Amino acid sequence: MSIPAIRNDWAVMAIFTVAVLTAPLWLAPIGANYPDLLQKFAIFGIFAIGFNILFGLTGYLSFGHAVFLGVGSYTAVWSFKLLTMNVLPAVVFGTLMGGVFAVLIGYVSLRRSGIYFSILTLAFAQMSYNLAYSVLTPITNGETGLQITMNDARILDGPVGDGLPSTTLFGLEMSGYSGFYFCATMLIIAFFISLRIFRSPFGLKLKAIKSNQTRMKYTGFNTRPYLLVAFVISGMFAGLAGSLMAITDPLAGAERMQWTASGEVVLMTILGGTGTLIGPLLGVGIIKYFENIFSALNEAGLHEFFAFMPDWLENIVVAVSSEFVGEGWHLTLGVLFMLVVIFLPGGVMEGIRRTTAVVRNLSKGPEKKAAESVGKE
Amino acid sequence: MDAIILQLLNGLDKGGAYALIALGLTLVFGTLGVVNFAHGALFMLGAFCAVSIQSLLTISKQVKDESITFFDAYKEQPYLEIWWGDTGTAIIDWAVPLSIFLAIPIMLLIGVAMERGLIRHFYKRPHAEQILVTFGLAIVIQEIVKSFFGANPIPTPSPEIVAGSANIGLLLGLGESVVYPWWRLVYLLFSGIVIFAVFAFLQFTTFGMVVRAGMQDRETVGLLGINVERRFTVVFGIAAVVAGLAGVMYAPILPPDYHMGMDFLVLSFVVVVVGGMGSLGGAVSAGFLLGILQSFASMTEVKSIIPGIDQIIIYLVAVVILLTRPRGLMGRKGVMED
Repeated sequence: MSIPAIRNDWAVMAIFTVAVLTAPLWLAPIGANYPDLLQKFAIFGIFAIGFNILFGLTGYLSFGHAVFLGVGSYTAVWSFKLLTMNVLPAVVFGTLMGGVFAVLIGYVSLRRSGIYFSILTLAFAQMSYNLAYSVLTPITNGETGLQITMNDARILDGPVGDGLPSTTLFGLEMSGYSGFYFCATMLIIAFFISLRIFRSPFGLKLKAIKSNQTRMKYTGFNTRPYLLVAFVISGMFAGLAGSLMAITDPLAGAERMQWTASGEVVLMTILGGTGTLIGPLLGVGIIKYFENIFSALNEAGLHEFFAFMPDWLENIVVAVSSEFVGEGWHLTLGVLFMLVVIFLPGGVMEGIRRTTAVVRNLSKGPEKKAAESVGKE
Repeated sequence: MDAIILQLLNGLDKGGAYALIALGLTLVFGTLGVVNFAHGALFMLGAFCAVSIQSLLTISKQVKDESITFFDAYKEQPYLEIWWGDTGTAIIDWAVPLSIFLAIPIMLLIGVAMERGLIRHFYKRPHAEQILVTFGLAIVIQEIVKSFFGANPIPTPSPEIVAGSANIGLLLGLGESVVYPWWRLVYLLFSGIVIFAVFAFLQFTTFGMVVRAGMQDRETVGLLGINVERRFTVVFGIAAVVAGLAGVMYAPILPPDYHMGMDFLVLSFVVVVVGGMGSLGGAVSAGFLLGILQSFASMTEVKSIIPGIDQIIIYLVAVVILLTRPRGLMGRKGVMED
């Protein structure tokens, strides 16, 4: 091991919990400490952690994970409409509904592996997306998106006063920092579950499926139930993330289920490092943070940024880089995606590992190295 | 009856586009063993070849509008019209068919560059990484096109002579109510020709023979002293050209926008899977089959029985096929089994 691995899971959890809860403080220097962005970090973090349980551990690349995200959102909004504005039922139902859909889709898709699995999940995702836009309009409200209204039933809340009610946790309004801390709590729980899975015999079996499924089967081991469980867990994570999205903004649209959304979570996971515990979270942080900065930038901002250059150079640099910011953020994303897959398939975590290895080699004096090689002989 | 014939034609038309894209996709699968998610982008680039040729031909200068006499009015007149009069107008009118000739070398170039520059380095890497890198490439191509041509669909009219509708009913003796746009008939014919040409090329040339052998067993072909790598580059180029041509000719039917490639890509993948990975005949027949199924599903009579069936029929068929015939309709044993 090149990184000093913390062996004690509780220590990991403690560090992680403190890090998440104090995020508004230590993210302040890079200007990422406002609740909206922090919520996004937490929500997509849960999504990516869940995706990583499937892709990172078993190697099954799902291209339709956004379905569960969308389903979670719709369920949560319906819970707001029919039951109560309290967020707990919304979260529970959203997660469960994500799980139900994952059972259905997973049961069929997992009969095939490799590229076929990717295409099957993609087909299901497109199917759900198309249905949400067309026939299911009574449930999904089609293109407008599902939202809460004044005259919803809300049988547990009773009649509302003036204005649209906002989502609450037993009276505590879920906006701003309280919303973030709710999402953060969920993230910590999700991370804990993921950690337990990674360290469990179950997680080990999933890893074995990734490295050699045929051999697993030859030893008389039925892999499919394990795969299905992994798929359902990751679907529930996505459902949870979707319901949290609806909590921070009670609106659900079909575009959340589009396959580009599925592609985004794949990118985040890969960028951070698939199969690692913390990697997907890093990926989410990097992408959401830069999305935030890049899509807000415009040409004037770029001119300011590159003002130190000579004028002619500045103009060229600004002309080129303006393609990558604002509306062109997706271009940056695509380029980043390609660069990561080509040069660093292991993601940022792989990069960190390599760098530390190099640094260690450098810091080791030549004599020490010589001594080591002698010792080996 | 009339409605059924119309839907059949519609389906054949759509199926033609699916078949052309799926053909290239499965050609690349079968020979190179690469899953190319950027293939839809090639289709889109083809359509934008037509768009750019059209806008190149209609580069205009401001001239005085003679028809308005009571004040100085200016209108845009294309240089071609100014220089060559009616011949120029005719050339502009035929912009889309003319772009075919330009699209072939351009798409070949793009295809070869893509294979040499990127795909080649991914032969030995896992399928997941191939999918991901080509997915990234597709996004990049799409966004570049968007920044050049904007996000709105660009209407690209077909030549005047085939702009109207053909009265197929009269031709076939079925009554006058069956009319169908000429250009769509042209497209159908065109896709038939291209498919035939590709098959003939693979069947009757030495090069094609090597490619077919490569699809059977790449390793052995390489061991026989044939430079497989160079052949692969050409195969990829051909696949790109076929997708590009499909795009060029589709431009008058569906005004090109930057995400048309992605829309078609997902469908074409389904087509390839239904037809069977690495099976050319499977790809073509599945393309037409799914196209026709989709058209029939969008008839109001069918929709009133099962609402929304038109949206999901293709995916539904794919799921059923994959579960009952895992190798697809015509898939061979041992091709992309895992």
